[in-house]
Amino acid sequence: MAERAPFSVQTIPGFAAIAIFTFVAIYTPLVILVAFSFNAGDSLAIWEGFSLKWYYRAAANEQVQSAAIRSLYLAGISASVATVAATMAALATTRTRHFPGKTMIYALINQPLMIPEIVTAVALLIVFAWVKVATGHTSMIYLIAAHTAFCIPFAYLPIRARLETMDDTLEKAAADLYAGRWQVFRRITLPMMMPGIIAGLMLAFVISMDDVVITEFVKSAGQDTLPTYMLGQLRRVVTPEINAISTVVVFAGAFLVTIFFWVSSNRR
Amino acid sequence: MQNLRYARQNETVGTTTETGQDGGPNTIMQAQTDVAEPAPMPGDTSNTREIAIDARKISKIYRGEDEVRALDNVSVRIRRNEFFTLLGPSGCGKTTLLRVIAGFEPPTSGQLWLNGKDISRLPPNKRPVNTVFQNYALFPHMSVANNIKFGLEMLGKPKAEINQTVEEMLTLVQMQAMKARRTSEISGGQQQRVALARALAPKPEVLLLDEPLSALDLKLRKEMQMELKRLQHETGITFIFVTHDQEEALTMSDRIAVMSAGKILQIGSPQEIYQRPAERFVANFIGESNFLDARLSGGSVTLKAGGTFPVENPANVADGDVSVLLRPEHAFLSDAEDALPARVETVVYSGEATSMHTRLEQSGEPVKLRLANAPTGSGMPEEGAQVRIGIQPGALSVLKD
Repeated sequence: MAERAPFSVQTIPGFAAIAIFTFVAIYTPLVILVAFSFNAGDSLAIWEGFSLKWYYRAAANEQVQSAAIRSLYLAGISASVATVAATMAALATTRTRHFPGKTMIYALINQPLMIPEIVTAVALLIVFAWVKVATGHTSMIYLIAAHTAFCIPFAYLPIRARLETMDDTLEKAAADLYAGRWQVFRRITLPMMMPGIIAGLMLAFVISMDDVVITEFVKSAGQDTLPTYMLGQLRRVVTPEINAISTVVVFAGAFLVTIFFWVSSNRR
Repeated sequence: MQNLRYARQNETVGTTTETGQDGGPNTIMQAQTDVAEPAPMPGDTSNTREIAIDARKISKIYRGEDEVRALDNVSVRIRRNEFFTLLGPSGCGKTTLLRVIAGFEPPTSGQLWLNGKDISRLPPNKRPVNTVFQNYALFPHMSVANNIKFGLEMLGKPKAEINQTVEEMLTLVQMQAMKARRTSEISGGQQQRVALARALAPKPEVLLLDEPLSALDLKLRKEMQMELKRLQHETGITFIFVTHDQEEALTMSDRIAVMSAGKILQIGSPQEIYQRPAERFVANFIGESNFLDARLSGGSVTLKAGGTFPVENPANVADGDVSVLLRPEHAFLSDAEDALPARVETVVYSGEATSMHTRLEQSGEPVKLRLANAPTGSGMPEEGAQVRIGIQPGALSVLKD
């Protein structure tokens, strides 16, 4: 009897062509963006030689500096708070007995993912406008609150996924070995769910760093983050400085993800 | 489905609280009765002290669409320093009983005493009882040594003592060389040893083993059976072992409790369980059996197939129509006048013995014989041959159906 080769998508005609086309389509614009960040001239279309001048210029630009710092500060705080909340939510929806409305709560936690961002942005604009008028307070707290809120479901998903694949006999075994509830959490549950927490934190951080729509609606004067600053610049003169900033953001993101995979694969 | 699960849990909680409310006075009465009442074993004062686990009328009921009685009024006393096995098919309640003893499942009703103390309502971490889990449940983010250390640290033992005990345990299970390894870096048999060491390290009063050998291959399983017996002797800890493997139960246990459908059918030594099973289920579950119809009258039976024989009656079945057990190896081919005439149906050679399936002429009942093979390998009747079957003295035993 002739042996049939096991099914493999590689044997489908055109597999390689489609794969190559997809990668080219995704990465060509990025490659062009990165290439022109090194352009010696002012153009985004005409190559005038290699130079790092746009990087120096971006680094020396005080607006870029303050926007970058503000972005990191906002993403750092929001992602951390969101991750703590998401961790508690994930524990409450996986490590508890069934209670009425558990499914409902699960849906509520994830609902922000379905609501169009622009709707949330308008809603926040209206509510925060009232609060700002009523209190006269215009600090970063509004941005932090908004970012924390929309980061929670992104942090929640990987943490919950991790908890669900974790064998709860490990926690039983720890309780059997005289660990109290807090010790079980501290010594078993928390370390075991750490890869999920780190993934959630990073996802939340990236989502916050990336946000334009909600930030644009919620921010007060002088509270530009890196994305809203870039958007503002694009409305005026476009120079390869934007490319340089974007390139740094892309590589910083890639670096973070690499670190995460390295950390999580070392844990196993 | 989810509503249903909730209802069931609610039910359990409710019932536990109820027992809690009237548990106080009852507990005291029970304790007093216990001291006053002579234990069912000889020498009652020392015996009460020799009991490690005393389960009293424990029921575990899961309520849902169908009420499931995972444990149905189970009472059992397990002695100190005993290798006690809970044996039964899957779903018989043996693992549920283990989980009730460990504290993972609150019983719906009943009490659990450990060395003279009522532990029914203590959480798992307050019970001096440790478990070896079926899948070992080793902590994957810790080394072998840290796994073993865990229970001792949770008990707050001094550091020097912890390190000494860990070394002892590593030596006991022959895992010194592996102590720095991650648990994912060692083999299944080694994980088994680590799980044992981890559970033994805090020196529990009772060690629970939930089918710990089922994941191992046959050769390793045989080795670990001997290893477990050795560990039990060396540590002097009461072992409660759960298995569905009758051979494992017979080779390892001091006593066996055979369970079915949430009830304990019989408790006894391996010999008692094998030779004098009280019920048809027990006889059937352990070893091979022939069941013969008979009439019981004052200590002897008249078989439907002919002949009257003295009989053992472990379950004290009343006179009348009964089933009696005959183990295949307790029947033999005979020339005697009173032997039962039968016709050979199949003959199966299996090395050290030959299994012969026959049918009794008078009653038409099938009887299996297990005959030792002679060195010359000759002399076995062929299929279709007429034979006479003798029964060894004391081989017949009355079963409660």
